[in-house]
Amino acid sequence: MKHPDAIVIGAGIVGASCALSLTNAGLKVLVIDRGAVSSGTTSAGEGNILVSDKDPGPELTLALRSRDLWFEMQTDVGDFFELEAKGGVVVARGDNSELLKLAEHQRAHGVDARVVNGAELRDLEPFLDPSFSSGVFYPQDAQCQPMLAAAHVIRTVVARGGAFVSNAKVTKVLVQDKKIRGVETTQGEFQAPILVNATGTWAGEIAKMAGSELPIAPRRGFILVTEPTKKYVFHKVYDSDYVANVASSDADLQTSTVVEGTRSGTILIGASRERVGFDGTMNIEILRRLASQATSLFPVLRDVQLLRAYRGFRPYAPDHLPVVGEDSLVKGLWHSAGHEGAGIGLAPGSAALITDAILGRPSFMDGTPFSPARFAKVLA
Amino acid sequence: MSEVISFTFNGETFDGEPGQTVAAVLIKNGNRVLRSTRFGGEERSIFCGIGICFDCVVTINGISNQRSCLVEISQGMKVESNP
Repeated sequence: MKHPDAIVIGAGIVGASCALSLTNAGLKVLVIDRGAVSSGTTSAGEGNILVSDKDPGPELTLALRSRDLWFEMQTDVGDFFELEAKGGVVVARGDNSELLKLAEHQRAHGVDARVVNGAELRDLEPFLDPSFSSGVFYPQDAQCQPMLAAAHVIRTVVARGGAFVSNAKVTKVLVQDKKIRGVETTQGEFQAPILVNATGTWAGEIAKMAGSELPIAPRRGFILVTEPTKKYVFHKVYDSDYVANVASSDADLQTSTVVEGTRSGTILIGASRERVGFDGTMNIEILRRLASQATSLFPVLRDVQLLRAYRGFRPYAPDHLPVVGEDSLVKGLWHSAGHEGAGIGLAPGSAALITDAILGRPSFMDGTPFSPARFAKVLA
Repeated sequence: MSEVISFTFNGETFDGEPGQTVAAVLIKNGNRVLRSTRFGGEERSIFCGIGICFDCVVTINGISNQRSCLVEISQGMKVESNP
């Protein structure tokens, strides 16, 4: 493609969503990736589109809008990625006061959060262990197959006049007078005045090549996949510890149960979180812990076999908020990264924020809390 | 003359030798189709033959999703295409 208006680095869901949103706004967009579509964190998650695990604040506002944008994106490009408004159920054993407090708080901020007790919980999840006596049902929680989504969104971008180049690893970011000019890659040089850094866990490297800085680090997470089963799990079901772990900054291993069925019949079991750099070693102890937590939630899973386990690296910033906006040093360099374990859910909302900012038009929320400039002060 | 091991596949009796896998005996006897897919009803056989692809899964003695390319036959084993 000669003379794109914008280059998006990263063909994961965050980059794909940005490319689509910019294309729909009338820009000619080139997407490049050092590998193939969805070869990073997008292929290592569960496809979560959640509002239930967010405390009221800017991330929840982004999540709520982003969740609706997922369904708009489906209308726009087609039903090709198993998008399903399956709903989430957060369950508690014993003391549920924290859970109820959060639900009430969320309700005041536009989240549909319904307290369910005993029989209602049984109706939602008949195979749940009876020791769970209460929970909160979040009908807005949704799920998709993120690899299919990224692939189909990029296909749509190309069909609408954009382009995609795979195996194009960025070797140099071209900056002149603190303005973006383009990139040099292993597939040649590409020039554009707008560069979107959607490289997730690796976003810091691109920022550095441009002469800036971005404090994004990896958090490792494991997920188990069972054999296809009869329908035992009807929603996304997780224990109330999960919410606490998502917000935690602790470096040590944390596991909290998240169990959900997929359209193809397999059940996904997550999620562990630990900070071990880019260490991709398989760890049987973590798998054991996840499996035993899942069976304590759903005893019926004891007789279900595991097919495989996978792991990936969730990109996070020190304050656990995504980084979405223009770089504070280099004009024309836009970041959309650091979404941690919520990148699938937050992708279209982040794309809308970026596109609106690039076009200088008003957006659905004030993006200041996500601005990369918040780290500039710390770094200076 | 080695021992003959008999097992059933979807009710039909097959004979094999010790050490042979379920898939090996079935293929040798002309049974290429081991199961059909859950949604499309398409026929499936062994694909990789070394336990990686999970295409050849069958139900063995009531336990579903066993890889027929890995499980060795045993006397009186009951093998079924689908759970």
